[in-house]
Formats: sequence, structure tokens, C-alpha cells
Amino acid sequence: MAETHSLQDLQQPAVSSKVFVQRDYSSGTICKFQTKFPSELESRMDKQQFEETMQSLNNLYAEAEKLGGKSYLEGCLACLTAYTIFLCMETHYEKVLKKIAKYIKDQNEKIYAPRGLLLTDPIERGLRVVEITIFEDRNIGSGR
Amino acid sequence: MKNCEYQQIDPRALSVSPLSAQNPAEKKVQRPRRKWEAFPGKNRFFCDGRLILARQNGVLPLTLGLIVVTSGLFFAFDCPFLVEHLTVCIPVIGGVLFLFVVASLLRTSFTDPGILPRATADEAADIERQIDTSGSSTYRPPPRTKEILINQQVVKLKYCFTCKMFRPPRTSHCSLCDNCVERFDHHCPWVGNCVGKRNYRYFYSFIISLSFLTSFIFACVITHITLRSQAKKGIVQAVQSSLCTVVELVICFFSIWSILGLSGFHTYLVASNLTTNEDIKGSWSGKRGAEESGNPYTYSNIITNCCATLCGPMPPSLIDRRGFLPPDEAIPAAAASEMELPPFTPKSDANMV
Repeated sequence: MAETHSLQDLQQPAVSSKVFVQRDYSSGTICKFQTKFPSELESRMDKQQFEETMQSLNNLYAEAEKLGGKSYLEGCLACLTAYTIFLCMETHYEKVLKKIAKYIKDQNEKIYAPRGLLLTDPIERGLRVVEITIFEDRNIGSGR
Repeated sequence: MKNCEYQQIDPRALSVSPLSAQNPAEKKVQRPRRKWEAFPGKNRFFCDGRLILARQNGVLPLTLGLIVVTSGLFFAFDCPFLVEHLTVCIPVIGGVLFLFVVASLLRTSFTDPGILPRATADEAADIERQIDTSGSSTYRPPPRTKEILINQQVVKLKYCFTCKMFRPPRTSHCSLCDNCVERFDHHCPWVGNCVGKRNYRYFYSFIISLSFLTSFIFACVITHITLRSQAKKGIVQAVQSSLCTVVELVICFFSIWSILGLSGFHTYLVASNLTTNEDIKGSWSGKRGAEESGNPYTYSNIITNCCATLCGPMPPSLIDRRGFLPPDEAIPAAAASEMELPPFTPKSDANMV
């Protein structure tokens, strides 16, 4: 065959379906995702693991949006410096988002990838959904 | 491997417009596009995506112009007189206020108000699947709503047909900017942008500082004219000798009422954790028939409401203006344009395994 393949394409199995975990607005507008276990994942992983992941994510987002002394201080300081301080300093929220990205990467490597699943960081979907991609089983796929 | 189109690589195509998926080096030749260049809303971007503004921003130059001109006249004509007769603090205070006003205004205008990116195709399909009833697909279905409980209160979420998602609570779609904005307050033509979750605090500090500035200039101008008329023993002569002061007086007089009114109104909104949009629609009061505290978002404490709205954590911009468009999105465009090139005929089928 004369054509070239990029290594990524070869390694990536075809996507089977995507499951979307929506936001939970029962406590207001804070960022919180539903912890209900989607039925499509029943054959892939256990409920407890999933709920633990979602709960940790929710806790991390709650930490980012927490109203407390630290966030008020940051807000007041920013106001006094006419908001120029954000040019050199990262906001508390951004720091926690980095933590979340690391956590998701971690979870993907340890738990989800071995089961043929992939969690997408919600920030890439505008904090609307947690997208879980289900890859089809490579063993089963035959000729295309 | 249905998604990959295997095309015979034409050496000519490599120099014309390289297929970006094949080789990372070729990606750089094709100048990767940033996400703001493909943004679907009606916005304008500056400084390579760092600054965002609504497309219709006609009155922003007027706002800036009025502020700069009035302050300029103040510093040029009133300050020398007042420094001589009163104190040197006057231009200092005026200067600080002026800088604060301009900084807040620019911050309000150029900050992303909290735009929600539109739903991806997969998400939209998933939502459609979930609410699909029996209707045919040839006509637009009736408006969809979803009821949820927030703090034990029923709130209706509306489906946005443009953004293809259920709008989160307090989110509204701005028709001028064609975006869903979180905690949508209103679209301010003076500022040239929507006012939403991310820039409400800047907007509030803008109108408060502008009230102070306008009142300050008004007071100084009155003092100036009074002192001059005392010195010249007649108000007409005083006015004649300082016409610019009169211009400032007129501008301040007319703007002070509206700005003070607006500041008062927004202070009330901040204290009760409401948005202009909710207040105008009467979402939480009156219509419900119950008490005024039908607002499920209030903390029932004025100080907490103020702190939460103005000093709360700064949420990030969700639209990622400066991120690069993934090559997957570039491929269909590249492939489509490749098809149109006469010398290059793709032989995808022959090479498909």
C-alpha cells in the first residue's frame, strides 16, 4: 500500500458511542455533575468507581467556586489593582482547573483507558457535560 | 478506518495546501487557525483572540469620547483654578477616578461576558434523542422546556435552538451577539458588549466609579463657577470667562441622573442577587404570587449576596479563544478544497482497505 498512515490513526479504534453526563442544578448554578450511573456503561465498569470519579470531580469544582475568605481577598485585591493583577497571577479557579485536568488524565490512565473508555475534561465542552467516549472492542471488529 | 480518507499524495498538493493530518511539520506550513477565527457568534476579536467585543459596538466610542472629553476639559480648565484657590488634591482625586473609570470600562467591553460554547454535534444528537417524541423531522418542534428543582423551587430550563442545548439556569441567549451568556444581565450598547457572569463586577465598578467621577466633576464645576462669580461679582461674567466649564456642567447634569439611577438600580440587584433580565421579566416576584424571596439563588443575606456577586471567584472563559482548531476540523475543509483542485484527483476508493 502506497499511502501513509499517521500512527495516531492506526492506534485509535473506531468510536462506538458517546455518553453525556449532564449538569446537576439542584444546588443552584454551581458547577456540579450528575452522579447517576449511565446504563451504557454497565457492561464496562462498576457503578461505585464511576460515582467516586464524579464525586471527586464535583468536590474539585466546589473547591474552585467556594466563597470564602481566600476568594474574597483575591477579589478585593484584584479590584484595588484595577484588575491588572490577573496579568501576572493565575486565579484560584484556574489553578483548580489545572488540578482537575491532571485528575482526569490520571483517571483515564488508571481506570478508564483499560476499559476502552475516555473521559473528556468538561472544560473542553464549556462545563456543560462530562463526555465519555466508548470505544468499540478491537477484538470483535473484522474487515472494513 | 471509515473516517480516514486515503488519498494519493500529490507532490503538487504538498506545496499548495498540505493535508494537515499526515505530517506535523506540514501543519505549521498551513498556519494553524485559532478557535476565535471559527467562532459562530456575532463577535469581534482583537489581539489574536485576547480581546472580545460585540459586533454592534457603535456607542462605545461615544462613551469613551464623552468621558475623555469631559475629564480633559476638567483637567485643562477647572483644575488650574481650583488648585490655586483650593487644594492640589482635586486633580489627584480626579485623575484616580478617571483612570479607574476607563480601566473598568475597557475591562467590561473587552472581557468575555460568560459566553457558552455551542453544543457539539454529538451532544445535540444525544439531547434530541432524549426528548424525541413522535413528531416528524420535517418541521421545527414546539419550544422545549425542562423543569428542574433548584433549592426546592421549580425552575424551567428552555432549549436554545441556536446553541442546541438546554440553557443552564440564569442563562439567556443574546440576539445581538447570537450567543448564550451565563448569568445574562443585559446587552449594554454603551459598553458595546453583553454584561454577564464574567464581566458584571467590572460593569458595576464602572458605573459606580462613573457616578463618583460625574458627581465629583459636577461639584468642582459648581465650585469653580461660584468662586469665579464671587471674584468677578457676577455670574454672567464668570460664565463668559469659562465657557468650557459650562459645557462640562451641561454634560454632567444630564448624565448624573441616569448614571446615579443606574447605580442605585444595580446596587439593589447585587444586594438581592438578581439580574436585570430576571427583574424585568419578574421571574421571582409578583407573578409567583408568593413572597418576594422566591429567588432560589439568593443567600438571603445582603452582604453575602454582594460578596458572591462582586468578589466571588473569577470563572474562566469557556470559549477558549486562543486554542488551536484541531486538525480533525481542518481536514474536511482541506479535503473539500482538495476536491476542487483540477490537477488533483483523489483516488480514495481505490486505496481503501
